[in-house]
Amino acid sequence: MDLNTAWFLLIGVLLTGYAVLDGFDLGVGVLHLFARDEYQRRIHLAAIGPVWDGNEVWLLTAGGAMFAAFPVVYATVFSGFYLAFMLLLFALIFRAVSLEFRGQVDSPAWRRFWDWAFGLGSLVPAILFGVAVGNVLRGLPIEADGSLDVSFVALLNPYSLLIGVLTLVMFVMHGAAFLAARTEGDLQQQMSRWTTGAWVVFVVLYLAATSATFFAAPHLLDGVPANPACWLLLVLLLGSMVYLPINVRAGRFVRAFLASCVTIASLVGLMGLSLYPRMVPSSIDPANSLTIYNASSTPRTLTVMLVIALVGMPLVIAYTAYVYAVFMGKVVLTQEGY
Amino acid sequence: MELDPLLLSRLQFALTIGFHFLFPPLTIGLAWLLVIVEWLGWRRGDEDYVRAGVFFGKVLGLTFAVGVATGVVMEFQFGTNWAEYSKFVGDVFGAPLAAEAVFAFFLESTFLGLYLFGRGRVSKAAHWFSILIVALGATLSAFWIIVANSWQQTPAGYVVRGGRAELTDFWAAMFNSSTPHRFFHTMVACLVAGAFLVIGVSAYLILKNKAAEVARKTLKIGLVFGLVFSVMTLFPTGHHHAKQVAEDQPEKFAAMEGLIHGGTRAPMVVIGKPSDEPPRMEYVVEIPGLLSWMAFGNIDAPIEGVKDLNEDGWPTPPMVPTFVSFHSMVALGLLFIALTGLGVLLIIRGKLSQSRWYLKLLVWSIPLPLVACELGWIVAEVGRQPWVVYRVLKTADAFSTNVRGAEILFSLVGFGLIYLALGALYVFVLVRKVNHGPEPPAAEEARS
Repeated sequence: MDLNTAWFLLIGVLLTGYAVLDGFDLGVGVLHLFARDEYQRRIHLAAIGPVWDGNEVWLLTAGGAMFAAFPVVYATVFSGFYLAFMLLLFALIFRAVSLEFRGQVDSPAWRRFWDWAFGLGSLVPAILFGVAVGNVLRGLPIEADGSLDVSFVALLNPYSLLIGVLTLVMFVMHGAAFLAARTEGDLQQQMSRWTTGAWVVFVVLYLAATSATFFAAPHLLDGVPANPACWLLLVLLLGSMVYLPINVRAGRFVRAFLASCVTIASLVGLMGLSLYPRMVPSSIDPANSLTIYNASSTPRTLTVMLVIALVGMPLVIAYTAYVYAVFMGKVVLTQEGY
Repeated sequence: MELDPLLLSRLQFALTIGFHFLFPPLTIGLAWLLVIVEWLGWRRGDEDYVRAGVFFGKVLGLTFAVGVATGVVMEFQFGTNWAEYSKFVGDVFGAPLAAEAVFAFFLESTFLGLYLFGRGRVSKAAHWFSILIVALGATLSAFWIIVANSWQQTPAGYVVRGGRAELTDFWAAMFNSSTPHRFFHTMVACLVAGAFLVIGVSAYLILKNKAAEVARKTLKIGLVFGLVFSVMTLFPTGHHHAKQVAEDQPEKFAAMEGLIHGGTRAPMVVIGKPSDEPPRMEYVVEIPGLLSWMAFGNIDAPIEGVKDLNEDGWPTPPMVPTFVSFHSMVALGLLFIALTGLGVLLIIRGKLSQSRWYLKLLVWSIPLPLVACELGWIVAEVGRQPWVVYRVLKTADAFSTNVRGAEILFSLVGFGLIYLALGALYVFVLVRKVNHGPEPPAAEEARS
């Protein structure tokens, strides 16, 4: 495996980590809008309180790694998606502070405001991530000189919106499974129903998106069926998609949550595999596509960064696992929480 | 009217980084103070320190949250607004940003969760360890960011090839000539900012007679801590940083010192009125030879002035903001030493709690170190203009050419409104938390 491929994989790992981890707290954020009362809302927030911030760091790390390893992709895509990105940032700002501000004033109107800020601050990013992924999969109008000029409205095409909604539903399913695993009684029952409901919608949308890909982004399928890794991921994806509702029905919510983790990871993996070695296909001419070779940093930088990643990430995974172990189990409301 | 994307992107960067930079210094300073307070609470078993830890821990959580929310913007803004810059420097500049995320962000945010929510869930040793890791993580985070910014000031370990800067020597690029000076100077400034928050809040609690037994203890710790690091902002860190700027960035040095015509026995301008276009100084009060002596240890050492550098082809950064910010920052630094020194004197004479005028002064001084931090940042960044990478890439060649002025205006207004609200909310919530004060001791709570 060459350095560029190693970095493509690493960024894939970071994005997968982000989707699996922040995916559930974005989902919980959306579900929080539908909680029945203050008690339920506080359980929602307490369930993700100690970990959401660390989860979001996966996104920052993916951004930083993209800057270091593939600066041309970082520069082209982020400036190309300017308005969409600004909306994402506004939403993430509101989301980050709403948890902190919410509990500060004992007034229903105050809490209601921050509940909405948190809910929408979770919903908007979930959709925007999907829309961004959809546009990248579809290909962007990258010129021969590498420039990209695309309007915000053009980003909201049907295919990308479909991927946006798919992502939202997937995160809601993921968040509901997470909450079901960490709650008891009524709320658990409720979350169990949400998980199943979201799963049904997810399956339908997944099938629709896959079919749409044949028309909207046929270039993604070139050579993919010949790749054994693709079949492995597909088996994992379909297996976990079947495994999930079985466990929800049996009341084994931890397993259902793990299944949902595998579903998300294998879906991200499949997308990465179908893009490889491209990072952003050009819709004007395939030759203009940004690839892991023409958009990368120098071998020296990639090597240095690889050392940093191989030293740093195992540590990160180890202490993240430790902190999760401390806070797992059923949610208990305490004074220290939100 | 044609909207200038360069100007708007510069304004947006100044706004977003300027606002963000209010919070990390508080987080870093507060985290290190909490390391001390929590240690005392744990090892001495003194309930007052534990209460102080819980109380200031909540302030830390609030400050950290706003810092994270505004920091996310920074990680992506190079790509959105400064695409040409990102393409040019990515091979060198991306590495410290990614290293910050891997080595620092994960540490601080993961262990902050453990610190804020883990009291009673993990052992006292593990809990203290978690705040230590938060402080270390925040410090590391500052380190990598300053590494990245220092490379813009004094680039090293690279070669320009094929229209971009390519890394040739990682260690030379990371530990370029300004990195250590700027890191230590910024760090001690952060510690002063944290100290002034703690002493100001403690003074307020004493004045309002709320948990005064807790506040008296944190006030003393904060004052000693504040005095030590206030002195260190001036010497050795400030002094050595200025010497390094004199060596490496003569245009910035001449502008911040108000030196128009250089030569040997260069004077130190104590006060004066700078103007731009053309750069000049009026109403100057100066001490002859002192600048040469301070910068090079020899009053006969020659220093180039703004005009001399112009003749060599090096443009002058905007004089007014550079000179005024630098001199105001130094004046504030002296004030911090005087304020904290006076406090330590009052502790020694046992008159601290009775000196209400002094306590009131401390309350109003809370934001001053943040002002000093902002001023220092203005000196660093404005003093580097018109370059974004000193003598390598101009700011005017660095912005995203595919983003329209109107789009940037939209986001600039958006950030302006959101940050105005965030700033107001932060102060509002902080004041509420402070007015609520530390929780009563556990035993008393059980009785009531």
